This record gives sequence, C-alpha cells and structure tokens, in this order.
Amino acid sequence: MSEIMLSAKGLQRRFGGLKAVSDVSLDIFQNEIHAVIGPNGAGKSTLINLLSGDIPVSGGKVLLGARDITDLAPNTRAMAGVGRSYQKTTIFMDSTVFENVRLAAQAHSGHALRMLGHVRNDTAANASTQAAISETGLTERSGTIARFMSHGEQRQLEIAMVLATNPRVILLDEPLAGMGQAEALRMIALIRALKQGRGVLLVEHDMDAVFALADRLTVMADGQVIASGSPDHVRNHPAVRTAYLGEHEVAA
Amino acid sequence: MNRSLTQPTNLALGLVLILLIALPFFAPNYYVQFASKAMLMGMLALSLNLVVGFGGLVSLCHAAFFGLAGYMLGFQSPESAGASLWLSLPVALLVVAAVAAVIGTLSLRTRGIYFIMVTLAFGEMLFYFFHDTKIGGGSDGLYIYFKPEIALFGQTLIDLDNSRSFYLLVLASLVMTAGLIRGLVNSPFGHALQAARDNERRALSLGFPVFRLRLMAFILSAMIAGLAGYFSAAQFGFVAPQMLGWHLSATVLVMVVLGGMSSILGPIVGAFALIGLEEVLKSAFEHWKLIKGLIIIALVFALPGGLQQLTRLVLPKSEGPHTGKDSDNQPVEADHAANLGSLSDPMTGLIQPPMTSANAKGLQHV
Ligand SMILES: Nc1ncnc2c1ncn2[C@@H]1O[C@H](COP(=O)(O)OP(=O)(O)OP(=O)(O)O)[C@@H](O)[C@H]1O
Ligand SMILES: [Mg+2]
Repeated sequence: MSEIMLSAKGLQRRFGGLKAVSDVSLDIFQNEIHAVIGPNGAGKSTLINLLSGDIPVSGGKVLLGARDITDLAPNTRAMAGVGRSYQKTTIFMDSTVFENVRLAAQAHSGHALRMLGHVRNDTAANASTQAAISETGLTERSGTIARFMSHGEQRQLEIAMVLATNPRVILLDEPLAGMGQAEALRMIALIRALKQGRGVLLVEHDMDAVFALADRLTVMADGQVIASGSPDHVRNHPAVRTAYLGEHEVAA
Repeated sequence: MNRSLTQPTNLALGLVLILLIALPFFAPNYYVQFASKAMLMGMLALSLNLVVGFGGLVSLCHAAFFGLAGYMLGFQSPESAGASLWLSLPVALLVVAAVAAVIGTLSLRTRGIYFIMVTLAFGEMLFYFFHDTKIGGGSDGLYIYFKPEIALFGQTLIDLDNSRSFYLLVLASLVMTAGLIRGLVNSPFGHALQAARDNERRALSLGFPVFRLRLMAFILSAMIAGLAGYFSAAQFGFVAPQMLGWHLSATVLVMVVLGGMSSILGPIVGAFALIGLEEVLKSAFEHWKLIKGLIIIALVFALPGGLQQLTRLVLPKSEGPHTGKDSDNQPVEADHAANLGSLSDPMTGLIQPPMTSANAKGLQHV
C-alpha cells in the first residue's frame, strides 16, 4: 500500500454547542484521491479547515507524514506541503492569472519577503508560475485579470495557485461547484492528474465526479463519519443510502 | 508596463521635481521654510500610507513615531552646539524602530477597528509619557538651540541653518523615501503585504507569514515617520507633546485619504494640498478651521478616489486603444484593462500598487 501523506486522528471541532466535527479520523494516501461527501452542514468544510489550520481543533491530531502539525499555523502548514482551495473561490480578482499564481510561487521561492528587486525578476518563481499555469491549462489566459474570467476558469486558477505552492497534499473544497458541464469535465480531468505523487482530499457534491475520481470515500453526516472505504463498499452501505445517497439516486 | 510609464506622467513628475529644486533659488525665505514643512508632512503621509494603503492597517499612532524621533534629537542636542547628525539620526531611528516593534507586536494581533483603537491608545500613552513627566520638559516641551551638524573631518558638509540647504536636504530625503517605498511596493515583500491586505486568509494558506510581514512594514513605516519627525524638530528647534498626539495622526490620515491610498505619490499631494489650504485660509479668514473642515468634507464627497482624481482629470490622457505593443498581441486583455479604467490609466499606472494588468503583461516578455 502507498504511503500515508496526511491523517486526521479523532478530530473534533465545536462551535459553541454545535459539534461541527466530532471524532473524525481519515487517511490521505499518496497517488490517491480520498473523497469526502455528506449533506449540507455535515462538517466537510470544517474538516478541511482543521486539516489546513485555518481554524484550530477542539481535539484530536493532524499528522503530515509522521509529523504532528496540529499546532502549526496555516502558513507553516502551507510551507510544509499542505495546499488547499476554498468552497467560495478565493483568488485575487483584480490581479492577472500570472500575478495570482506568481504570488503563490513566491511564497515558496525561498525569498518570499525579499525587499530588494522587482517581484518580476524572481526567475525561480516565474518558472514555477509558468509550470503551474500550463499544468492547469490556463496558459492562454496568463495575462487576463481574474475578475474577467468565467467561473470555471477562476476555479482552475485557484488550483493553479495551489499547485504553485508545490504541495504534497491538496485539499479541495467543492472544486466543481457552480460549473457547467464542459467546465466540469475539464476540471475532473485536472483533478485526476493532481494525485500523481501527491495525496488529494476532495470534498464534492457532484456524485458523478466523486465516483469517477475517488479511490477512497468517506461519508459524513452531522459532523461524524458514517461510512468509509472503497467507493463500491460505501455505495452499498445501508446507512449511507438512507442518510445521503438515497436523496441523490445515484445511477452508476 | 510600457503603457504605465507613458511620457506625460514622467514629464509631469520631472517638471515638478525641477520646479521643486529651483524653488529655493527664487522664492522668498518664508516660502522655502513653508515648503520644507509641507514636504516633511508629505514624508509623514508617505510613511503612513505604507501601512494604510498597502498594508490595509489604519494606524493612529504615527504621530507618536514622528514626535518620538523629534524628542530623540532634543535629548541628544547639547545646549551649546548642534548634535552630530551621523550619530543622532541613527539613534533616533533605532529608538523609534524599537518602540514600533513593541507597539506593532501587540497591536497587530487585532484587526480593523480594534487595530485603530489599540494604536490610538499606544499613541496617547506616548503623548502622556512626554506630557506628564519631566523627561522631555513636560507640557512645555524642549528647545533644540542648534540644528544638527552634518560634518566630515571637522568640515561642515551641509549647513542646516541655511534654509535653502535645509530645504534641499529635505527634498532629497523625500525623493529617496518615495523611491524606497516604490521599490518596496514592487518587491516580493510589497506584493505579499498587499496580498495580506486583500485577503489575509488566502495569504496565510499560500504560506505567507502575515504577522511578521505586517510587523516589518509597521516598523519600516514608523522609521520613515521618525525621519520626518527628526527633520521637523530640527527645523523648528522645538519639540512639544502635541507633536505625538492623535490630532496629528488623524490629520496625516486625512492627507493620505485625500491624496489617494492606492498610489505612492498621492499622500504627498494630499499633504501639500491640506497644508496649502490651511495656509491660504489662515490668512484670509478668522474662522478658517471651520471652513477647512467644510472644504475637506466637500472634497471627500466630490472625489471618492482622493485628490488623485483631480490630477488625472488635469493631465492629458494617453489616447488610442493600442498605445503599447503588448496590447496588440492580446486584444482581450486590452479590453479588460480598458474596462477597469484606473488600471490602464497613465497617471496611476506608475504610482499604483503593482498588481495590475500592465505589470503582468510586461512580465510575459521576461
Ligand atoms: N465559523 C463557524 N461558526 C459557527 N458555526 C459554524 C462555523 N463554520 C461552520 N459552522 C457550522 O458547522 C456546521 C458544519 O459546517 P460546514 O461548513 O463544515 O459544512 P459542510 O459540510 O461544508 O456543508 P456544505 O456542503 O453546505 O458546504 C454547520 O452547521 C455550520 O453552520
Ligand atoms: Mg462546505
């Protein structure tokens, strides 16, 4: 079996009295896509926020390889190799595609905060920017200001930014949300390519995409894991059918 | 990139600079001193804009850094001679940097309105420290009888008692500070700072140490404010607690807003405009403060982008859809830039934050 890249051990997060995430454990393996599904409010985004460090845990541990990163700030985790996208597209709308991605590359270029010299002259950052842009198929749009791109392209850009940070683990929060058919197909192909050499956690409502992509599947409801395993195993799980999949009438 | 450095802007800037250099050679002494004062306010506004405009951090304690450096010159000035600038200036700036590091470390943990309130509180603490203790002469302040000396091997290089020399030194410092800020804003550091301003969460998840970044900007900005305060104290030969008070901090903030926060030179324009306005009104009306307030309110309403809008209206536009060769290759982006207006504008192009279409286009040719 391949290497575990990131694992959650008994993660908990409370918001006041609400247990948004309770006792969630899962592993993300190298060269695999681990999909997490569940109804609205199940705690999927909260789980990603706990793994990325955007919000602190109420209990449990996050391990990156063998390293305990539970107490690390989000920027430190990013430097250690955890990259993420957001459910609501989070890019710099008034900047171009190139500038957005270069910013991500800059953070990992070794002189992220250098005060001398124009940002434009960082050849290492420029090179990884080009690479990430072409990997996501945005080369044609390199000079376009993000605001003026289609929603699908903006989501692609967000993935390009994640790629430019050279991550070992990628956490994607509903990357297909709001996309048209053609855009969704392109994004699915892109996500499939991401797992090469990395571990991917995919939160997604689009069941066709999930079953097309997932190597491993976890179902959450009310902050808890109700089933986990191979897609086929989960699909036939009775609790899952009643709690979640039943509403969606999966035809696959 | 080519488009943002269009001739009209450079020409206008060059002309203004030549005019400023020439001014002390034909203007009466009073105006030379007045202009020195205005330029020092411009430098203070410039420093504040580094954190406000590019960092998104509205600080209300920059007058405290300004005044603190003034007091540091006062403490280091003997009664019978001038302090050596070579020694007293670095000491003043280091003290300001140390104080800013402490204030920044504590206040940068807060955001938005809380940051404003915490910096205000720290500024007032410094004010009362000098107001209520005997250290700096209490509320009476401190006299600086002799201007700092700039000498090498016993030979005076620049005589600051000569108001023309003083003016030229201040002008040179202002130009240097503006250049420094322009370099910073375009550097990796500057881009990271602006990214944290636009979306802190995103900046963090990309890996930027946002707190450290802001602290560095805060300290640097405080030191530039200190430079202005040092020269200001030297010019007037006097420091008083008012120099550290929130009133000045707020006034400088108005200068920044009037001049336009998204530009590098805007705050200087704002400072000149506000101080000039004050001077004109003072000589013409008895209730000039009231009139000044009304004019500022009117300006803010009329010019949402600050006074910069005015210069944009005054300066000739670079005409034609394809002024730069980049846009010919990429008609789509040219259209987009045109839609955005300000991004492709010749005036702002030079002095705007760098994350614009124009820059990226230049980049593709690297
Ligand atoms: N910052 C917060 N403060 C308070 N409650 C929160 C916060 N973030 C999330 N919650 C609550 O936690 C629960 C889980 O939210 P979460 O966003 O993780 O769900 P989700 O599975 O991502 O849902 P969706 O599919 O709609 O995106 C919800 O009830 C939500 O209201
Ligand atoms: Mg969610």
